[in-house]
Amino acid sequence: MPASIPDEPAVEFRGVTKRYGSTPAVRDLSFTVGRGEFFSLLGPSGCGKTTTLRLLAGFETADEGEIRLSGEVVNRRRPYERDLAMVFQNYALFPHLSVERNVAFGLEQRKRPSAEIRSRVHAALELVRLDPGTYAPRQPSELSGGQRQRVALARALVLEPRVLLLDEPLGALDLKLRKEMQVELKALNQQLGVTFIHVTHDQEEALAMSDRLAVMDQARVAQLGTPAEIYENPRTAFVADFIGEANFLEGRVTGDTTRPGDRAATGQERMEVVSTVGAFTIPVTAGISTGNGVRIAIRPEWLDLCSPEVAPPGENAIPATVQDLVYLGETIHVRVTLSDGQVMVIALRNEGQLTRPLAWGRGDRCLVVWRPEDCQVLEG
Amino acid sequence: MIALRRGFLRWVARHPSSPGALLLGPAGLWLVAFFLLPILILLVYSVMPRGAYGGVAPGFTIEHYRRFLDPLYLGILRRTVWLSFLCTIACLVLAYPTAYFIARSGRRRNLLLFLAVLPFWTSSLVRTYAMIFLLRDSGLINRLLIDAGLIQAPLRLLYTEGAVLAGLVYGALPFMILPIYASLEKLDPALLEAAEILGARPWARFTRIVWPLTLPGIVAGSLLVFVPSLGSFVVPDLLGGARQMMIGNLIQNQFGPARNWPFGSAAAFAVMALVMVAMLGVLRVGDPQGPAARDRA
Repeated sequence: MPASIPDEPAVEFRGVTKRYGSTPAVRDLSFTVGRGEFFSLLGPSGCGKTTTLRLLAGFETADEGEIRLSGEVVNRRRPYERDLAMVFQNYALFPHLSVERNVAFGLEQRKRPSAEIRSRVHAALELVRLDPGTYAPRQPSELSGGQRQRVALARALVLEPRVLLLDEPLGALDLKLRKEMQVELKALNQQLGVTFIHVTHDQEEALAMSDRLAVMDQARVAQLGTPAEIYENPRTAFVADFIGEANFLEGRVTGDTTRPGDRAATGQERMEVVSTVGAFTIPVTAGISTGNGVRIAIRPEWLDLCSPEVAPPGENAIPATVQDLVYLGETIHVRVTLSDGQVMVIALRNEGQLTRPLAWGRGDRCLVVWRPEDCQVLEG
Repeated sequence: MIALRRGFLRWVARHPSSPGALLLGPAGLWLVAFFLLPILILLVYSVMPRGAYGGVAPGFTIEHYRRFLDPLYLGILRRTVWLSFLCTIACLVLAYPTAYFIARSGRRRNLLLFLAVLPFWTSSLVRTYAMIFLLRDSGLINRLLIDAGLIQAPLRLLYTEGAVLAGLVYGALPFMILPIYASLEKLDPALLEAAEILGARPWARFTRIVWPLTLPGIVAGSLLVFVPSLGSFVVPDLLGGARQMMIGNLIQNQFGPARNWPFGSAAAFAVMALVMVAMLGVLRVGDPQGPAARDRA
């Protein structure tokens, strides 16, 4: 393989389209992934994330567009010519081969000398924290789910690939093990400098591990960015809803003038929005002007509740009635009904004796309050 | 029989935790009555002197087994094993690609499987006679070759080892296709993708992954083809004639026209012993997680 130019991104998709019959599985997809980056493709099933990974692996061929690895177009290369490694959803360990032979498989295909294979296999097993003395001779059927996961990882990493593909690698593990492996995968990514391309439908996992992620919906990238960018500034209702939880409000902009006193309090321009549940203000947003309909999203944890008499100045406040409380330990979710019947969820931190969110009860009149800067104006 | 049944019931009563064993009852009784008992009778016959008017006379002798060691009979045995072996290999070579193709045919696979077993809807006797019409001197193949001007005189096709082999393969092929298909169908496609991205080219994927993981199907198919071939007598009788006798014809002859039941029994037992030894060997090799597989790895 020719030496790659160091400035080239590890992975690049340029206008890639893949159709099954007439339905596109992936439509005009473009993104780049930098070297050593931990990049996640996130979305509900059928959004095209797995097809994207399979296109990159070479199991599918693109109908249109270019796929580049370190700057080289690889559309026509077979999977075994792409210098990639992959961890499969159900690990795909070879059931008739021992752990050692599974991990050695790729090196054997590359015709490495047996002494080198042996030492690299053992090093790879140690890397994923499996003791080679104990586990090397075992059959895959003699391993637990977590151990199989580690063997699959060792089998991929032993090849020292430029890019490691992970297809829902943690999906089959229980919650505690999954959290543990999240930390370990992230650590391996940083330690080895290998580019990780990770497919998942678990938004929490994607947020926790990724440097950047692409949220996919209906064969396209709905939004691409760092976890914080995507969580805090979701561009569409789909992204806001899929990543974390969101409350939505719709209304019409009545004027871009500020309410008296607001500017003095915050120094920021705001626009007033009138909706069926009450008036509120939003930050001045490009492309939105008087008369436009708008849709906004607000995270449950950015909302607060207060009693109807004491509306805090400078914040939005909408009257509501408490419907019920869901106790989640760390937080308490309060579901309230607005005047038009729609339900909002407010996540209150459980701060022990400091505040008593549990003091709210069914039927209580209250105000849902939030800072205007915390609502995200959505596209479309 | 009654004692056996009582013994069985007592055993079941003593093992109340395994009511599943009761399910084996009917088949078990059937096998005892129609397999084990006749086999025991054959075993006893094979070591008794021949009676004057067929049947057996009282006494004990190993004369029949000694007679079976005659080069004439050993020659028949050798031809039988050789033809059965060739038949198994030919079936394997024909069935593996077929099964592979069917297993990868998506929605059409049920139709293709149906077509593969379709010949079994007619009697094997009819199929074998049909082959005679194909192979005889004035048969379809010779006629076509002569009409095409490729040959002047008809080729001798019928009553040859080749004709017997063709007949055996024809009848046995589905028994090879089905188990191999079943094992290919179970093969997780992700394993092949894993091998491919790890660097394995098509041939390596076949030898390192597909073949070892379908070995149980190959072994099962081979047994299903080899063992019945050893005992076949209709095909060699109709397509092979007197000179292509197989052991099945010999045994049939002894129980039939020759009226030598003890010798027939001895020949049957000799073949059965051979089959058992072969099966034990093959089963050891065929278990992908068994000791032999460990040795290979």
